[in-house]
Order: sequence, then C-alpha cells, then structure tokens
Amino acid sequence: MRMTAKSATLLALVILIALAPVFFPSGFYYRVGALVFVNALAVIGIVILTGWAGQVSLGHAGFAGIGAYACALAPVHWGIHPALAVLLGAAISAVLAWLVGRPILRLKGYYLGVASLGMGILIAMVLNNERWLTRGPDGIEVPELGLRAVLKDAGLDLSNGQFWYFFCGIVLILGAWLALNLRDSATGRALRALHGSEVAARTVGMDVARLKLHAFVISAVYASISGSLLALQNKFITPDVAGFMHSVEMVTMAVLGGVGSVAGAIFGAAVLTLLPQLLTIFAEYEQLVLGLVMVLVMIFLREGVVPSILRKIRGSGE
Amino acid sequence: MTLLSIEGLGISFGGLKAVSDVSFGVKPGEVVSVIGPNGAGKTTLFNMISGVYLPGSGKVMLNGEDVTAMPPHLLARRGMCRTFQNLQVFQSMTVLENTIAGYHLQESGSVLADILNLPAARRRAKQAEAGARELLRRVGLERAAEREAGSLSYGSLKRLEIARAMALNPRVLLLDEPAAGCNAVETEEIDRLIAEIAASGVAILLVEHDMKLVMRISNHIVVLDHGEKIAEGDPASVSRNPAVIAAYLGAENAAG
Amino acid sequence: MSELLQFLLSGVTVGAVYALVALGFTIIYNASDVVNFAQGEFVMLGGMITVMTYLAGAPLPLAALVAVVATAALGVAMNKLAIEPARGAPVVSLVIITIGVSIFIRGAAQLVFGKQIHTFPAFSGDDPIRIMGATILPQSLWVIAGSVAVFIGLWLFFTRTLLGRAVLATSNNRLAAQLVGINTPFVMTLSFAMSAGIGALAGVLVTPITMTSYDVGLAFALKGFAAAMLGGMGNPKGALVGGFLLGVLEGLTAGYISSQYKDAAAFIVILAVLFFMPQGLFGSKSTDRV
Repeated sequence: MRMTAKSATLLALVILIALAPVFFPSGFYYRVGALVFVNALAVIGIVILTGWAGQVSLGHAGFAGIGAYACALAPVHWGIHPALAVLLGAAISAVLAWLVGRPILRLKGYYLGVASLGMGILIAMVLNNERWLTRGPDGIEVPELGLRAVLKDAGLDLSNGQFWYFFCGIVLILGAWLALNLRDSATGRALRALHGSEVAARTVGMDVARLKLHAFVISAVYASISGSLLALQNKFITPDVAGFMHSVEMVTMAVLGGVGSVAGAIFGAAVLTLLPQLLTIFAEYEQLVLGLVMVLVMIFLREGVVPSILRKIRGSGE
Repeated sequence: MTLLSIEGLGISFGGLKAVSDVSFGVKPGEVVSVIGPNGAGKTTLFNMISGVYLPGSGKVMLNGEDVTAMPPHLLARRGMCRTFQNLQVFQSMTVLENTIAGYHLQESGSVLADILNLPAARRRAKQAEAGARELLRRVGLERAAEREAGSLSYGSLKRLEIARAMALNPRVLLLDEPAAGCNAVETEEIDRLIAEIAASGVAILLVEHDMKLVMRISNHIVVLDHGEKIAEGDPASVSRNPAVIAAYLGAENAAG
Repeated sequence: MSELLQFLLSGVTVGAVYALVALGFTIIYNASDVVNFAQGEFVMLGGMITVMTYLAGAPLPLAALVAVVATAALGVAMNKLAIEPARGAPVVSLVIITIGVSIFIRGAAQLVFGKQIHTFPAFSGDDPIRIMGATILPQSLWVIAGSVAVFIGLWLFFTRTLLGRAVLATSNNRLAAQLVGINTPFVMTLSFAMSAGIGALAGVLVTPITMTSYDVGLAFALKGFAAAMLGGMGNPKGALVGGFLLGVLEGLTAGYISSQYKDAAAFIVILAVLFFMPQGLFGSKSTDRV
C-alpha cells in the first residue's frame, strides 16, 4: 500500500527529531533544536489560519504571550501546576480568539489582519505596563515544569537541553499529527474549499464565518502552547514574546516554508530559527531579511519552498 | 405542488432596475428554464434566488417557507443548491475532494472529532468518499478522481460542479448555463444528466443560452427581457410568442 | 473646561495625522483592493528623510520637499517591484507582500538612520498659542491645515481633473476602465505615488511634535487603518472624519483614563466598528452578501 502524505510527513519528522542529535557538535544545539520545535508549533497554527482558511493574523504573538505569562503567573498566584497553566493559557487564548474573531470573520475581506495587529499590540502593552502583575519590560521568572525530575526518578537522566529538545519534539509531532488530521477531515477540506471559492463553499452548505472562526481559535491555541513551552524551557519570559516582531516572524516562517503545508511550516521555522544562531550578524539585518523573504517568496515561489520542491520531485517522477 | 416559488422578485443597482417583479414556480421533477437576451437579468435573478444578492423586493418561497435573502449555506440545508456560469470549482483540490465537499452537511461533525481523527469522523469521511465516487461515476469523471481540479477541461469542470451540487441531495437545483462553452458531445452528456436528475424528482431551474438544449429538456420556459418577464409557457408556445421573437431579434439587431 | 479643551486640541492634532494616513490607505485600497500595511512606513520615511536632509545642511522647506518626493518615488518603486510582479495573486498574497515591504522598510531605516529618536525644529517656533485657557502649538495648526489642504486637493483632483476621474473609474471597475482606454497600470503607479507622498507629508508635519524613530510606522498604520474603517473603508470623506474622531478619542483616553493605554483606543474603535457598523460612518451598503 502506498504511504499517505500524512504518515510520510509524520515519519520523516520522527526520524529527523530522533536522529538529529547524532550530528550535534555540542549540547548547545539541543537548545537550538527545542527553539525550532517551539516556533514550528506556532507556525503550524499559522498554516491552518493563513494557508487553509486564507486569513492573515499579525497578532499571534499575543496568544504566545498569554500562554507564556499563564505559566509564569498562574503557578505563583493561584498555585496551579505549570502543566495545567499551559492548558489555562490555551483556554484563555481560545476564548479571546473567539471573541475577537467572531464579529470580524463574518465580514468579507482582510480585516482580521488589522484587528489582530491591534489585539497583539494591546496584549504586549498590558504585559509591559502592568508591572504589579508582570514586572514589566524586564521580564519575570517562570516556575520549573518538574517533569525532568520525575523522569530522573524513573531512571531517565536527561540534561536540561536534552529534556527540552525531546519534550518539545514530541509536542511538535503531536501538533503536526493533529493538524494533518484536521487537513484531511471534513473541517479541513471545508477550510481549503472556502479558500478556493467562498461563494461555492457557501452554496454547498458551508458556514464560512464559522469555519474561519474555528481556524482562528485553533491557531491561537497552537501559538499559546508554543509561548508556554518557550517560557517553561527558558524559565524566564519578557513581554517581547508578545511583540509585533514575533508575530511577523511566525508569518514569515510559514510563508517561506509554504503557507499551506505542515512540513513547510517546520522547514520555515527551522531555517529562520537557525539563521540568527549561525550568523550573529543576522540580528542587525533581521527585519530586512524577514521583509525580503516575504516579498520574494510571494512573488517567485507562491506556494513556498517545500511544496514547490515536492511538486518538482513528483513532476519528474511521473 | 409548487416546490420553489418566486413572487415579484426585483433588485436595483445604483438606481437602475436590473430585475423587476418576476414571478413563477417550479414543481418537483420539472425543468424550468429562464431565457432571454444577454443582460436580461437571468444571472442576477439566480443570484437573488440563491442568496448571493439581497433582493430589493419580492419573495422566494421554498416548500412553503419564506427563504428570501437567506444566506446560501442555510438554503443548502433546506435542499437548494446551484452551479455557476463562471465555474466556481475548488481549483487546488482534487476532483474527488471537490465532490466530497458537496457532502459537507452530511459529513461535518464536531471539529474536535476531526482533529483527533476519531472513528466517528473517519466513518463520516468514508461514507462521503463512497458517495462522491459513485457520483463521479454517474457524471463520467471517475477516472479523474485523483487529479487536481484545475487541470480538467472546461466541459469536465461543468460536470464536476453538477456532481458536487448533487452530493447535497438537493430538492431544488439551480443550473447557471451548464452547457456554456461545451462542445456538442459534452452538451449531450449534460442534457442526459439533467434529464436523469429531474426524473429522480428534483426541481430544476435552468439558465441556458443553447436554445436547442432548452427546447429539448424544458417543461416550462420563462422569458426575461430588460429584467422583466415578457412571456412564459411550454417550449412550443414560447417559441411562437411574438414578444419573445421581437426581444431576440431586437437584441440581435442591436448586436449586429 | 480648559482641561477638556486641551485634550480636544491635542486629539485634533494627532487626528489630522491619522486622517492623512487614512487617506493614503483609501487611495491604494480603492485602486487595488489591497490593504497596504506599509502605509505607516511612509509616515516614518517622511519624518526621517526630512531630518537627514536638514542635518545635511538643507533649509527646512527644501528638506521637507525632498522627503515627500523621495517617499513618493519609493511608493512607486514598491508598486513596480513588489505589487505589480504579483498581479493576479490572491489578495491575501498581496496583503502579505505589503507586510513584507513594511518590515523591509523598517529594517532598512534601522540600518540607515539608527535606532535613536530624531526630530527637527517646528516650522513656526515653539511658542504655544493660548485659547480659552488651553494651549496649542503653532505646529499643530500646520498639521491640521495640512490635512485639510490635502483633502481639498484630493477632492478637486478626483472631481475636476480628467486624470482624477480616470483613477475613480479604475477603482469602480478595472476591466471597464481598461476597455475605455484608461491606462490602469499608470493609475496604480499614480495611486502609490500619491499615497506615499501624503503619508510622507504627514510625517513631515508631525515630527516636530511627536519626534520620530525607525519603528513609529506600525502605530501610524494601525491608527490610520482604524480611522479609515471608522469612516467607512474606501471613502475619502470618511477617512478625514474618521481620522479626527479617532484622534479626539485618543486625546480623551490619554487625558481621562491613562496615557499608557491611549493606543488601545484605536483597537477598541476597530472592534467596535466591526461589531456594530462594519460599513463605517460613510460606507455604502453593498448588495453583495458579506
């Protein structure tokens, strides 16, 4: 039997995550790898929203901020376990996305981009200004997740870097699996359909506004969990996690890899996460490069890198 | 028993009356055609009936229920579906996926079940796929099932749209120029397909330019000119109607 | 009372700037259906280029002129290099392109102009004018007069000149405009030039009051867009009124609620408009179902 695209993607991902450490020159790369996975998770959310539902968000970092600060604040103030704080953050993000998305996604056009931009800026503003709660721009410590200690007691002794590498890797595989399930389901098919022709989608009974709203809420949950994982592994978080540039990074990663492709999301996240680590000079040119990538890919490689390459391979194979 | 009834429907664009006071009805199993010269308001009428435009006046009744200005996705739930003159196919999806999309109302369940790929979601998807393959066979596209819809010929896309609409199992089907741009063989296939669908008890409303097709398959014809109904009746009486002849000749003279 | 007047005056001043940004949005939106996220960067460039030219020794009026012309040229370049090559792409791709251009300009500005805050002297000094217990800077009058002048100029252009009518015709129906012989690519170029020039002018006028740095564009884009939506997307009169209303709302928020959260006013406006009156104050109701 031929392997489906879904199982091929997942298998490749599992092999990649399991084997990559063999080539790591130092322990530092576990950290970089974990960062790639965390970003890729958020970018999968963008693929669902932008690639499938055809809507742009410029405020997804706001959801990452909610996820991150939920892990920083809830354990301290309400005594919630950090793992539950991740779910709490995801729930808050989902509710907020629903509230913001509901009126906007009923309208034709690209208003979500602007509204989400405003929402993201507002969340970053709150995180910066409400010092009594968030300690402002300098950031705040995040409690230990505690899973690593549990594993150690069970006889699996991982370094901090190793633990977060594999933990985030597993969450990413899970996230990719869920997204691929969605893609081939009735909901995912409907999302891709309405992206192709909204008017036809309506005539076959699809509630376009509701479907877009589902995509926005789901993608917000992805971003929120990504923010939580970032906070937990760094054990420290600043309001930059909710900043505009973080939102732009997510969109650029998705666009680069292929805004409709889960595999592309992971590729885009890997390239744009590794680049600044390998080239220290990159920091200075980050905005320039991100902007250029968005424009060039959209003009010359509209589907993104991964789908374009896959099409080439398939084309020559037949 | 009239299934779809149009009562005094009208709309204006920027003060200009595009359609005014048009009434007629469609019964189950009947093919009713709307004809008229270019710009007579046929597609505008369709767009109002199918909820794409909000009518300025009049009513659309479906099975006794007032469905005027109801959004298309709710009309679909009530058994009304349509195709488009300028094809509206999901280009980047496969032919099979396009047809399965027509099963959306039957297939879609909870989003959570979809994400988790629960057995319920898989079962629904499987049923929809089986139904879609059967429909593709009926319209003669079963061999193209895995191809990207964008790569199909024009005539095939027309049939794909009909298959997608039939997937809804509609009681009323609106076909907007299903044979436009098709060659003689393709037109004949579509002709046969429409007759088959009507025979199964579906009420069909048709806009079509191919007069031979219209005359052959219609039970009843409504003639529009300048947005107004100028005649209606069976094919034979309409083709003899002086007002209809004048409208068509006038249009041809103006065009020539 | 004088306190309220003070808040209103400062609100009207920033509102005039938002109105200019919203007008710029409107011109490109009408010509191409594209929401140009780079609109705010034009404002930043207007201020920045004036600063640099002025520091290089040019007199202020000349520096301002250079800034407006150079930014308009950049607007044209944006259309030629980024928008035109993607013609035929879905609107969502075009929107992403304008976001990319916006980030690119921001990054380039950071490299060229540095991260510090810049400003240049006000046109007519810094002595505040007293009005019923409140004060207003002479520069604020420049800003208000500037935006009203641009609005009148645009109105004359669109209603009294052949070229302006061609632009309007194109925004109504691109294909029809082409068929009657209007050069639509030129109309797009012109729209980007005008839009960028107007944005730059806003930057020139407001920089002596608010100062500028490489990253101010984003806030201007957000607020210009909020103003355009409030007035009714695509409607120049709406852009003007929406801009002033948003400015006043922001001034009152800063005065009576919290200056830290004055930027939230724009976001609340966007949401409120989308909730309660998506067509805005002056927008037309469409027969197309939304």
